[in-house]
Amino acid sequence: MNFFIPLFVAVPLGGAFITAIIGSFAKGFGRYFTSIIFAFLTGLSIYFILHVKGPLIYNVGGWELFEKIPIAIYMILDGLTVYLLLIINLIAFASAFYSISYIKRFTAENHYYTLFCLMTAGMNGVIISGDLFNIYVFLEMAAIASYALVAFEIEKEHLEASFKYQVLGGVSSLFILLSIGFLYWLTSTLNIADVSRLIATEGRRELITFAQVILLCGFGLKAAMIPFHAWLPDAHSSAPSPISSMLSGVLIKAIGAYVILRLFFNMFAITYNISMVITIIGTLSMVIGVLLAIGQWDIKRLLAYHSISQMGYVILGVGIGMLVLSRGGDRAVATLSIAGGLFHLFNHAVFKGLLFLNAGAVEYETGLRDMKRLGGLAAKMPVTTGTSLGASMSISGIPPFNGFFSKLIIIVAAIQAKYYVLSILAVFVSIITLASFLKVQRFTFFNKPAESWDERGIKIREVPFSMCFSMIMLVILCFVLSLLIVPSIRDVVLTPAVNVLVDAGEYTTAVLGY
Amino acid sequence: MIVYILTVFLFLIGLYGVVAKRNLIKIVIGIALMEYSVNLFLILVGYVKGGTAPILSGEVIGKVFVDPLPQAMVLTAIVIGLATTALLLAIAIRIYKKYGTFDIREIKNLKG
Repeated sequence: MNFFIPLFVAVPLGGAFITAIIGSFAKGFGRYFTSIIFAFLTGLSIYFILHVKGPLIYNVGGWELFEKIPIAIYMILDGLTVYLLLIINLIAFASAFYSISYIKRFTAENHYYTLFCLMTAGMNGVIISGDLFNIYVFLEMAAIASYALVAFEIEKEHLEASFKYQVLGGVSSLFILLSIGFLYWLTSTLNIADVSRLIATEGRRELITFAQVILLCGFGLKAAMIPFHAWLPDAHSSAPSPISSMLSGVLIKAIGAYVILRLFFNMFAITYNISMVITIIGTLSMVIGVLLAIGQWDIKRLLAYHSISQMGYVILGVGIGMLVLSRGGDRAVATLSIAGGLFHLFNHAVFKGLLFLNAGAVEYETGLRDMKRLGGLAAKMPVTTGTSLGASMSISGIPPFNGFFSKLIIIVAAIQAKYYVLSILAVFVSIITLASFLKVQRFTFFNKPAESWDERGIKIREVPFSMCFSMIMLVILCFVLSLLIVPSIRDVVLTPAVNVLVDAGEYTTAVLGY
Repeated sequence: MIVYILTVFLFLIGLYGVVAKRNLIKIVIGIALMEYSVNLFLILVGYVKGGTAPILSGEVIGKVFVDPLPQAMVLTAIVIGLATTALLLAIAIRIYKKYGTFDIREIKNLKG
């Protein structure tokens, strides 16, 4: 079983090289091969969710503990890891399958699939790594591939967005590396579990706090939390649509939010101050993100701002849990709150991925992204309209879609933890989100356009099969994920992930074995 | 101690370049400076006073070695930095071809 853990990195990484080589002889090879890779990895992560109890550890190189010091590079698969792997590979499969039709019109199709595989290999690597420097290496792998993919269409605005993204991404990576250097200075080890054990007894608290703050800046920039959000709307709206769906759906979670959770729960001891900072950042992102989204007329830009806002919900849910834990409050409330945050993380990946695919379908048929010039697509593109309606209801929290339940859990947890202001803000943001998506639906699909499509000489059809398939799959998931609220299903998928964060100290024991 | 302070100083010079300069190439140079300072910091972390290169040969008892792990990390970080810088410069050149300028004040199609 442990042997299968590196496959999550090795398969997409090998796939990238095979695509690069074989794809240059056989045109269209990468198209199908990439989908097969991610279908396989999705299956593998579902298998792990169903059959694995407790953490699995794989030592790269097979080095055992030497005098209780971990020497090997660790790859760890626990509840949280498996949960994130499922999200990443599922969305990657949907995007890759969607790309089969979408990317056909570009010339460098082969490079696209190579970069796509590399990016996902990097994300999977960040998730399964149990070693600080390894996280940095995989993170850069995912980030550099995503820089190149943002600039994929090589027009003025794509290049500009990519440059902006690269400068801020580069600065954030250096902050992360500096912080890793600090932690190595303090502890002389890079293994997360070992660092956690050593800094618990470390006397120089102010240095640890300094490392924490730089780390939060670095990963905050990667996760595009406000005030570090400036690059996100440009980068996510300039990328090709399947890539936007990957970036917004999983990249900011995998290399931003996930690492924040993992390090601040399992590596550092939870302190009140840091929990407060994380909660405040989450709240700010939630509120300001949605306020910035209202005035947007470019569909993808609007969706990108909503990503900031929805990630705010995730961070807020987890932050409230941290606050409760740091005050030694009721563990049930903390569990509920963190469960809400992680549940919303999955939901956001699904509905935001779907919304970007919808925006891509609209752009594919009409060549337009400006909502003022769109309209009247509902009759001509029934699948796109239907799936987009489902996703919009899901993101604005209308029952029985998944977004309703996760937001409800976060709000209930905020009330139980006596943060009434935060719960009111969460409801308020949800209402503005609804308003904003009513606007999207009306102007894009249902409104009568200023001049009809025939007059403009554009013939609108439904998008090809592969694009329809991905969108329908994700809209079905929007319904099915509501079932995570049912206790028997929740115990299999969500509860192990939550327990990893709530019982933060057990990670060290499980990894080091003492 | 003075070496550490100089490293931080180099980091801040790089950050200043990224934040204040308006030429794309100067921004890239700023990022490269930051990267060098972080690499230097990692090397300093692994340095042991009077240490020799950590190579096992002959007599090892009583010798003091420097920490080899940060050196391995720095090698990796340099390679990653090379990739980042190369991609940044490639994009900067493409921008110059499209816009005809390196000045970020004139490169602003995206806003809102």
